[in-house]
Amino acid sequence: MAITTVPETPRKPGRPPSPYSTRPQRTSLGRKVRDNLTGHAFLIGAVLCFVVFSWYPMIRGIVMSFQRTRRGETTWVGWDNYSRIIADPSFWTAWQNTFYFTVLALALGYVVPFFVAVLLNEFRHGKGYLRILVYLPVMLPPASALFLFKFYAYDPSEAGLFNAILKALHLPTSQWMQSPEMTMPAMVVASTWMNMGGAVLIYLASLQNIPGELYEAAELDGAGIWRRIVHVTIPQTRLILALLAMLQIVATMQLFIEPLILANGAGAEDSATSVAYLIYQHGFFQNDLNGAAALGVIMLVVLAGFSAVYVRLTAKQD
Amino acid sequence: MAQDSGTRTLISQTQISRGRGRVVYWTLLVVVVVGFTLVFLGPLYWMVTGALKSGQEIAQTPPSLFPKDPQPQNYIDAWNNLALAKLLFNTFYYAIGAVLFQLVLDTAAAYSLSKLRPIFGNAILALMLGTLMIPAMVLIVPQYVTVIDLPIVHINLLDSPFAIWLPLVANAFNIFLLKRFFDSIPEELMAAALMDGATSLRTLWSIILPLSRPILGVVSIFAVTTVWKDFLWPKLVMPSPETRTVSVGIYAFAGGTPMNVVIAASVIAAIPTVIIFLIFQRNIMSGLTTGSIKG
Repeated sequence: MAITTVPETPRKPGRPPSPYSTRPQRTSLGRKVRDNLTGHAFLIGAVLCFVVFSWYPMIRGIVMSFQRTRRGETTWVGWDNYSRIIADPSFWTAWQNTFYFTVLALALGYVVPFFVAVLLNEFRHGKGYLRILVYLPVMLPPASALFLFKFYAYDPSEAGLFNAILKALHLPTSQWMQSPEMTMPAMVVASTWMNMGGAVLIYLASLQNIPGELYEAAELDGAGIWRRIVHVTIPQTRLILALLAMLQIVATMQLFIEPLILANGAGAEDSATSVAYLIYQHGFFQNDLNGAAALGVIMLVVLAGFSAVYVRLTAKQD
Repeated sequence: MAQDSGTRTLISQTQISRGRGRVVYWTLLVVVVVGFTLVFLGPLYWMVTGALKSGQEIAQTPPSLFPKDPQPQNYIDAWNNLALAKLLFNTFYYAIGAVLFQLVLDTAAAYSLSKLRPIFGNAILALMLGTLMIPAMVLIVPQYVTVIDLPIVHINLLDSPFAIWLPLVANAFNIFLLKRFFDSIPEELMAAALMDGATSLRTLWSIILPLSRPILGVVSIFAVTTVWKDFLWPKLVMPSPETRTVSVGIYAFAGGTPMNVVIAASVIAAIPTVIIFLIFQRNIMSGLTTGSIKG
């Protein structure tokens, strides 16, 4: 931004100096207090919402995970909730499923949008249309999109869209959500379709900031298209790539609505149970809010671990 | 887009504008346009027309491309049996309230943090941004417990729209987005207003807000789509059939309702957000990318 120097405004006698000026200046204590009160008055509404609905629940969740409430009486039970939650066999199944989903979703939902963005960035025609298309599913209510997949795409009979395509190609059809092996891949496909638009747009924005001279130079050095991607595009977008990897991991670890709608919750042979679904089960069906809180804390710790690794990795690069 | 032409990308302009490059470019473009239309628009077509099919036609193999005997009755059934008018009204009401609460409270907070800079302002901002690291699922149980019995005042917010409106105000991303925008408004404007004797509120109203229309639009659209897309939270805090949102309502009815009627209801539920997107897609896309770091 061009900085224009504003000529010093002659100050009227008696008028207090501007608090907006960046120049250091002496102000009276009364003025300072008044300015601060105004500032805090503007903040109070949002801060109260953060206190009540975010900061306080955060602490309360941790406290709850060490308590047990029975018939209105709350007692301190130490690690009881944790040991009970971990002893539940579905705890490990849920973590396994969630990690499996995260890995598959990284392979598909993270890599595909990048290459889609690289491809779209090369086009000089129809870019607006393609961008709208990719982002359209993001705007659908997830319940709508998932019912579409559940009833049409993953219909286990040959009337289902995917089975109709497989059959037309003379390939074996699948039971989709009713087959434990296919449950996860099917959920990842639905989830990727629903969510990839946001990542594509963010990649596109960062691709537009790559200086053309870098490609020019690489081409003069005889680098082919693939090597230009590896040596120019990826290094130039690495901050965004790292950030979206982190966001993708956090988002996929919270896998919930896909199992709930596509697989009616647990899925065939528990193949769809996720950690988030288990939190929901414990908290709102088994009336075990304390156990659910403990699960939430475990999830937070695991994700904090990922964040720590992420901060380490990104800090090392610079 | 016009601004992109002239910038050199992965493949040079000259390479794709002549000879073999040109053929490859146009072939690829056509393949991608057709492919993307099939992948992203195809399912929506399938959804809209599938809801017009009869129960028998839906189960037939191979599936038919056009409904042979269109049954608009499915849409009418969905509208009536699921009380979609009520569900849509509820969702709309929650969305408008969410926009108002977020615009008023988040804008005031961002203005304070950006321009008034009260003491501890940076610490408060850091605490707000910290919540971006906490996944929603982790907080769902303690948040729910808080909402059914608010601390100190002991009010139960179940089935009250405030249970949707107020937690959405605690949105660090919005405050960050607004603060970044306000930061870019020159301090000189503020100083001039102060010289003229304007109060902080007056400065916000007459100088900052008129300049911030684009970002306020982005925040509003995000607020509407968040409410429209949200599922688990409204499912928990709006348990009564009369206060449900449209997504939750469809889910609740899906069990005992014929599938083409459920799909018809899903189509109706999706229409408002799709229309909002088609009208405001430019603002949505700019909003998505202003918030991100340029890599």
